[in-house]
Amino acid sequence: MSADLTRRTAADLAADLAAGTTTSVALTQAHLDRIAAVDGGPDAGVHAFLHVDAEGALAAAAASDERRAAGSPASALDGVPIAVKDVLATRGLPTTCGSKILEGWVPPYDATVVARLRAAGLPILGKTNMDEFAMGSSTEHSAYGPTRNPWDLERIPGGSGGGSAAALAAFETPLALGTDTGGSIRQPGAVTGTVGVKPTYGGVSRYGLVAMANSLDQVGPVTRTVLDSALLHELVGGHDPLDSTSVDQPLPSLVDAARRGAEGDLSGVRVGVITELSGEGYQAGVQARFEESLELLVKAGAEVVEVSCPTFVHALATYYLIMPCEASSNLAKFDAMRYGLRVLPEGVDSPSAEQVMRATRDAGFGDEVKRRIILGTYALSSGYYDAYYGTAQRVRTLIARDFAAAFEKVDVLVSPTAPTTAFKLGEKLDDPLAMYLNDLATIPANLAGVPGMSLPSGLADEDGLPAGFQILAPALADDRMYRVGAALEAALHERWGGPLLDRAPALAAQAGPTDANGASA
Amino acid sequence: MSTSTTGDVLVDYDEVLAAYDPAMGLEVHVELNTATKMFCGCPTEFGAEPNTQVCPTCLGLPGAMPVVNAKAVESAIRIGLALNCDIAEWCRFARKNYFYPDMPKNFQTSQYDEPIAFEGWMDVLVPTADGGTETVRVEIERAHMEEDTGKSLHVGGSTGRIHGADYSLVDYNRAGIPLIEIVTKPITGLGAQAPEVAKAYVAQLRELIVALGVSDARMDQGSIRADVNLSLAPKGSGALGTRTETKNVNSLRSVERAVRYEMQRHAAVLGEGRSILQETRHWHEDTGVTTSGREKSDAEDYRYFPEPDLVPVAPSREWVEQLRGTMPENPRARLARLQESWGFTDLEMRDTVGAGALGLVEETIAAGAAPQSARKWWLGEMARRANDSGVEIGALGVTPQHVARVQAMVDAGELTDKLARQVFDGLLAGEGTPEEVVAARGLAVVSDEGALSAAVDKAIAENPAIADKIRDGKVAAAGALIGAVMKEMRGQADAARVKELVLEKLS
Ligand SMILES: [Zn+2]
Repeated sequence: MSADLTRRTAADLAADLAAGTTTSVALTQAHLDRIAAVDGGPDAGVHAFLHVDAEGALAAAAASDERRAAGSPASALDGVPIAVKDVLATRGLPTTCGSKILEGWVPPYDATVVARLRAAGLPILGKTNMDEFAMGSSTEHSAYGPTRNPWDLERIPGGSGGGSAAALAAFETPLALGTDTGGSIRQPGAVTGTVGVKPTYGGVSRYGLVAMANSLDQVGPVTRTVLDSALLHELVGGHDPLDSTSVDQPLPSLVDAARRGAEGDLSGVRVGVITELSGEGYQAGVQARFEESLELLVKAGAEVVEVSCPTFVHALATYYLIMPCEASSNLAKFDAMRYGLRVLPEGVDSPSAEQVMRATRDAGFGDEVKRRIILGTYALSSGYYDAYYGTAQRVRTLIARDFAAAFEKVDVLVSPTAPTTAFKLGEKLDDPLAMYLNDLATIPANLAGVPGMSLPSGLADEDGLPAGFQILAPALADDRMYRVGAALEAALHERWGGPLLDRAPALAAQAGPTDANGASA
Repeated sequence: MSTSTTGDVLVDYDEVLAAYDPAMGLEVHVELNTATKMFCGCPTEFGAEPNTQVCPTCLGLPGAMPVVNAKAVESAIRIGLALNCDIAEWCRFARKNYFYPDMPKNFQTSQYDEPIAFEGWMDVLVPTADGGTETVRVEIERAHMEEDTGKSLHVGGSTGRIHGADYSLVDYNRAGIPLIEIVTKPITGLGAQAPEVAKAYVAQLRELIVALGVSDARMDQGSIRADVNLSLAPKGSGALGTRTETKNVNSLRSVERAVRYEMQRHAAVLGEGRSILQETRHWHEDTGVTTSGREKSDAEDYRYFPEPDLVPVAPSREWVEQLRGTMPENPRARLARLQESWGFTDLEMRDTVGAGALGLVEETIAAGAAPQSARKWWLGEMARRANDSGVEIGALGVTPQHVARVQAMVDAGELTDKLARQVFDGLLAGEGTPEEVVAARGLAVVSDEGALSAAVDKAIAENPAIADKIRDGKVAAAGALIGAVMKEMRGQADAARVKELVLEKLS
């Protein structure tokens, strides 16, 4: 029974709960059992979770069951459990951002998206692993040890949101929230065979998201199906007065768009293949699955054309100026004065505040975080600001113009999500530039604020690992990618005879809790 | 030459002016009186228990975000308009990055190269040596919005400063309170008048802020704080010298003193052939000197960039025009109107403005006192007491309503002027309302004719020679007897009635 429940989609579970064939307590317990069985900890297992809140989740599940029994569920997903990336503030639950500097910090408030989950009755299973402060593409930069890809525990699950994606791929949760600054939802989705969506910038509140780069960050759904993403996206999205950058206008229904797309008719839909984001530099198996997906779109009635976005080749360089600039300033608040880690300098009798700040930041931040703080501090410095930050902002405008021009010609743009399938743990750890290339195709959407989705396109022939298909739409037209994504998903499932994750290897059961933070507790 | 308490050598003021032209720039921070903070919903009330008016946003907790307070923007625009500024059609907030424990995010959300208001001016009325006034136009460079920092309390050590303290406490109640920083362009060509103009500018700016109703405008509580930039250039050179920035000058009198002090100190340094260090200096209210603070060199780089968590502020022209309609009266027109209504001489008016008492006198008159009575109390008794205790006249703790009430008691014969002064002693000591002070201290005028008559008889009996003189028609001698009676009655008698009784009994 447990195994059945954990393999069902969120939409299925919502239907089960509505039909009364299961209870929230039963399915929450089933997922907690699954976490206990496969998640392990820093040394073995998937290690998708940094913190599991069994007690809180079961209490929320019981309350949900009471609402169902009384005939007044709080939402369509009331009672369906969820996991939350550890970069989102959760009242009463530790929030570390994968960093030592926030070890033990328990926020006194909920991020808006978390408050919406609670109000809608979704039990929160726990907090998922991530690269420290969301800086990375492999989750190896977590201060608490890496997450492992359920397809091959020797491989990375992508990043920074590797924990959320791996939790979905390992059937530890039916839903998760991630955040995407340069691809942190979509690239893990691609390499784990799951679905991830970065909404239009401003479409989902960032209040309570511990910012890496405020002008690029977005919260979004991490799921196993396009429909589940639409359900979660609609639930957490919409205007929030606490986030000045949140969009205050009604959006077209995403769930309707996903349902309509799943019917399989894409007649009249124009799909643009971005010249600069495919072909050379992409793994052969990834490229092959991408091209097959294009054929399926044509079969569904879509018109596929090639569109050039020449400035996209500058996206990575632009991103690696804007992001560190904002991050260097955002991370200044971690100074040991009010919360989190406090390290006293060695050999100093009565250290000054400045000495404590320095010692704490030296001990509390990992190398990748320090690298980006240094880059950003340098680029913002007087005399360099115009050449670096200023130029990057101007290129950003050009990239947005390329998008605008492309969306004059087509309804959606597509590309492979990531250039390769999952690489081996440690393979690129000492080569930051190689690591950064993972986000080549996902970064333009963040720079322009447009929405992006990744869904599985199949397994690469050479390594049998999942590849991802990316769909980009104009700002505020998130519904378009749900329609196209659901149509492609339906066609692929038909071809495969079921979801891609059915082909993932079974995971070995793990020994008891090995995680200091309480996973499997 | 003379030497200050810090050991700074000072050049005599006249010698400074003989050799140098001063240039100054004034930066005034005005704490707005909005109900909530600049970027969150926390209350702004002064004096609450430390760290009780805080939330995730103003504590800079991870994940929290700012939202601009529309009322603060409105106040900023009104200040800008009152200073004859242009109002930006579109402007942004920026992050000013530096580490300091009382700054929760280790950056201050401020405005950098896109202030909400810019390019304005204020005509400042400055007293002249001949008792008149002249107008000096002070050019305003900008007025911009920002948030205040928390407040550090350094405990232990000898200086009350961070260096040498045993530990420090931080109160974040003030963190995030909206501030408007008003920056002048360099003010030059003033010569000897520079200190007076600085004081008059801040005084008049304060009056304007009061009239706009956008701030409590209490210098003693820090709701208006002035920074004084000063430099000297060789006389007639037309150049600008290296400046120092003297921080947090917290009274009108000190603005004048700080400018004068820095002029004298700069001249001494330059006279020795040394150069002025561009630095921040601290003003010491008690000793009247400045001391070196942190060095402000090119090394200090705030790495400004636009705040990505906020959208641009774009006030519509309709709104700006609507706010223009709420401007208070032009200061000069207001002075003329008040002078005519009160019947003050030019000199009386000048002194009232100079003492920073215009608003106080106005409110006292509005509360029922005659104009000359209001002026007498504020410019005499209150100005003296403020000067003695080194606080702003408006910060004494005596309100215009108090003064009006005390004067009403004098007018009704319930208090003498001497008793009234004792009532003010009680008010300053925080003993309650004028009525409560009168009751508690037993200050009411004795109107018991029997007791008064007996005291007069006693005085006549004890001073027969004086009594004879009065009987002989030397009425002026009555003063000595009146004094004796007043002494006997411990001041609690109406002197006019005593004189009547003396003359009656000796006629
Ligand atoms: Zn607050």
